[in-house]
Amino acid sequence: MAKYVGTSMKRREDPRFIQGHGSYVANLSLPNMAYMAIKRSPYAHARIKGINTAKAASLPGVVAVFTGKDMADVGNLPSGWNVPGIKVPVQKVLQSDKVRHVGDRVAVVVAESPYIAADALELIEVDYEPLPAVTDAKKAMEKGAPLVHDEIADNVSYTWSLGNKDELEKALASAHKVIEIDLVNQRLIATALEPRAAVAQWDAFKGEMTLWTTSQNPNLTRVVLSAFLLGIPEHKLRVIAPDVGGGFGSKIPTYPEEAMVPWVARKLRRPIKWVASRSESNLSDTQGRDHVTKCKLAVDKEGHITGLYVATWANNGAYISLVASLIPTAFYITLLSGLYKIPAIYGEMWGTLTNTVWVDAYRGAGRPEAAYVVERLVDNAARELGMDPVEFRRKNFIPASEFPYQTPVALQYDSGNYQALMDKAVELSNYAALRAEQAEARKQGRLVGIGIGACIEASGPAPSKVAGALGGVTGFWESGSIRVHATGKVTVLTGAHTHGQGHETTMAQIVADELGIDINDIDLVHGDTAVIPNGMGTYGSRSTSVGGSALVRSAQKVRAKLMKIAAHQLEAAVEDMVYDQNAGKVHVKGAPDKAKSFGELAFAAYTAHNLPADVEPGLEEDAYYDPANFTFPNSVHIAMVEVDKETGATQILKYVAVDDVGKVINPMIVEGQVVGGIAQGVGQALTEHGAYSADGQLLAANLMEYAAPRASLFPSIVAGRTETPSPHNPLGVKGVGEMGTITSTPTIANAVVDALAPLGVKHVDLPLTAAAVWKAMQK
Amino acid sequence: MKQSVTITVNGVTHTHDVEPRVLLAYFLRDSLGLTGTNVGCDTSQCGACTVLLNGEAVKSCTVLAVQADGAQVTTIEGLAQNGQLHRVQEGFWEKHGLQCGFCTPGMIMTAVDLLNRNPHPSEAEIRHGLEGNICRCTGYQNIVRAIQYAAEKA
Repeated sequence: MAKYVGTSMKRREDPRFIQGHGSYVANLSLPNMAYMAIKRSPYAHARIKGINTAKAASLPGVVAVFTGKDMADVGNLPSGWNVPGIKVPVQKVLQSDKVRHVGDRVAVVVAESPYIAADALELIEVDYEPLPAVTDAKKAMEKGAPLVHDEIADNVSYTWSLGNKDELEKALASAHKVIEIDLVNQRLIATALEPRAAVAQWDAFKGEMTLWTTSQNPNLTRVVLSAFLLGIPEHKLRVIAPDVGGGFGSKIPTYPEEAMVPWVARKLRRPIKWVASRSESNLSDTQGRDHVTKCKLAVDKEGHITGLYVATWANNGAYISLVASLIPTAFYITLLSGLYKIPAIYGEMWGTLTNTVWVDAYRGAGRPEAAYVVERLVDNAARELGMDPVEFRRKNFIPASEFPYQTPVALQYDSGNYQALMDKAVELSNYAALRAEQAEARKQGRLVGIGIGACIEASGPAPSKVAGALGGVTGFWESGSIRVHATGKVTVLTGAHTHGQGHETTMAQIVADELGIDINDIDLVHGDTAVIPNGMGTYGSRSTSVGGSALVRSAQKVRAKLMKIAAHQLEAAVEDMVYDQNAGKVHVKGAPDKAKSFGELAFAAYTAHNLPADVEPGLEEDAYYDPANFTFPNSVHIAMVEVDKETGATQILKYVAVDDVGKVINPMIVEGQVVGGIAQGVGQALTEHGAYSADGQLLAANLMEYAAPRASLFPSIVAGRTETPSPHNPLGVKGVGEMGTITSTPTIANAVVDALAPLGVKHVDLPLTAAAVWKAMQK
Repeated sequence: MKQSVTITVNGVTHTHDVEPRVLLAYFLRDSLGLTGTNVGCDTSQCGACTVLLNGEAVKSCTVLAVQADGAQVTTIEGLAQNGQLHRVQEGFWEKHGLQCGFCTPGMIMTAVDLLNRNPHPSEAEIRHGLEGNICRCTGYQNIVRAIQYAAEKA
């Protein structure tokens, strides 16, 4: 009977945040610190004819100005995921020959104050020769499109395909109906509330660099900086990601700024600080999505899906980011089966380069793009066949008896019961009543729509062997250590990183139950490579399934050692000992008072007065957990919306979400992730667009133009759960962080299309702003 | 050309010389070391920088320090009294009204002002009252619940 796992206990980390004592990187102040600012290109594409830094350098208070020539010893930004045949363009931290997107980096100023640094930026003169720019994912491949990199033909960095092509072509040819949609999954900007920042301090005598950075994965960043960029040995580079204000994928990659700040600190022998403004963030953080897709769904007369074809042009921006080529390949095409039994699937894609900011993982990272394609096709198919969209989905769901289920696109789904999932969504939303309400509203001429999203995702990256086979330069295990102190207090170390996910609470819940101790005796440490030498960080909803599982393994080792010590001290055989995880003690089977408590045993381990001959003193155990498979959370959301006939504006009237994320550690935190995720997916559906002008100017330049949703956009969301534990990790958990985002976008899109269906509208591209919907209504 | 300002922050009066262009947000963070007030944008949209200026919520990124000369300012650090959390802070803790915490100081200060002006707001009034504060993590639902909790505690 678990004491902590499964309870909605309050978060242990909250006190510092609610009292203004979060330790964000921008708060850091070191003696003799200088401030760095970056000169960025105002052009989407231009040759650099010359850079004149003299005026800037002579401004009082300016310490130094550096250009690409000065930083020639910094390595090129590497690609950490290389699908076969990928062409990775050269990316330097500072450009000297050409700039390739608005925001591309040209020079760096260091000054005594951030104000002087900003003033100095304006004094740097760059002689640009503007070049034509290309911004569209598909148009970038067309003949005559400007080349973003001279050495990469057709602006195609990589291609990828997967599936049973012959069967798919037969299915299309013999289909009763083929539903076709051309759709766009629009560019998004992650917009974590905390802009990126970095502070570096160099110890010239020890040859040691300390870098504080807003990262989701400080260990990974350390490896990349050490091996590829700065030439500082890994063990001499300490990377600390303290409190980080959100990431959503945009704080995964190793950024040029993370190399420049330490480089400057070493060069000038002063601590250096750089903090991005929101505008600078929008011009430099990796962005998300940006797919142009043609897709076809083949169905038979009875309404079974017989085949699915997808062709996607994925925009990577001007440079290949750390895991860019993973997102529209192994995180996208492999998810095209959705929740459905589809005998034939074939997906192919082109990863193109354009004169825009680079693109990488953003909440869902490939899986939302897949879910959107599948659910728009499924919804249109139901409408065309005259079937209720719930019934059409039910007819095609993978049955609960067929798990583990092997899809035609590589993935083997671990567990699921999609009928039960749909049952719960239908019940919670009172679906029949919603349809009745809609019928009434339609009689009154109101445009009311009901949308369903039924989605799956692959989370918890990843089995390292699989990652390596697909193009990953690194593995994706996770580390977890339990250090028991002589006093019986416990320090837990994780290679995962919490930037909102509540690990200081959830991981402590897990370890407390594993060891049978008071949660207040546990502290979680994360985010400092000096303390946790190896880890892979947090993204892809992996922290609990991979990081939590590593802690379970560590706890098993701790318990095993304690059993040995107890057996010896109680003069019994180890096989006759029982670890009582409720009471936190080890006792002889059948004799519960012949026991030693956790505290007694911890103390004994350190005093070492009476240990078995084969047991060393101390009580610290490490584990590395490499997952056997991804986990497969799944989800059905049902939403009711109303579109204003005059303005095209959409109001969400009702929203019900049912998510199966396997076992949950803290239901309150899980619900928080689901609702937070839904908000971002709704943002994609209704308001957000990382839009560029035709000549490559980022129109969504800051929060005035990029419409991140506000509180008034949402009704109260009803969130329910079903639970099919994952069979392949010791906690039975699946990922939750991204599921809400993945399902909500198609749910809202389908709701709006349903609202407009009486007008004959079959599809409207995202975002479904009032203007976009109004235009669609007029056609 | 620096100017002298005298501002009382969380009950303590400070006198500093500042450039006229310095924003109140940066005066608090850099001159006074009160880094609880966060800067999340540069166009006055996000509200992370919200503080109380003479008892009213303002975005401190859109107030010059010189404009606050002679004023009383309350920041997130000044809310709890004698180790006792303000009921809004309590509400955020009880109801999981924060995830990464970056928007939280501004959210809390806005909520304090909201409840000062409207002690028993409806859900719609709360959501409307939060339109000047962006949260990217929570989806706002638990922030609404936190404020409802605080309203009931009055």
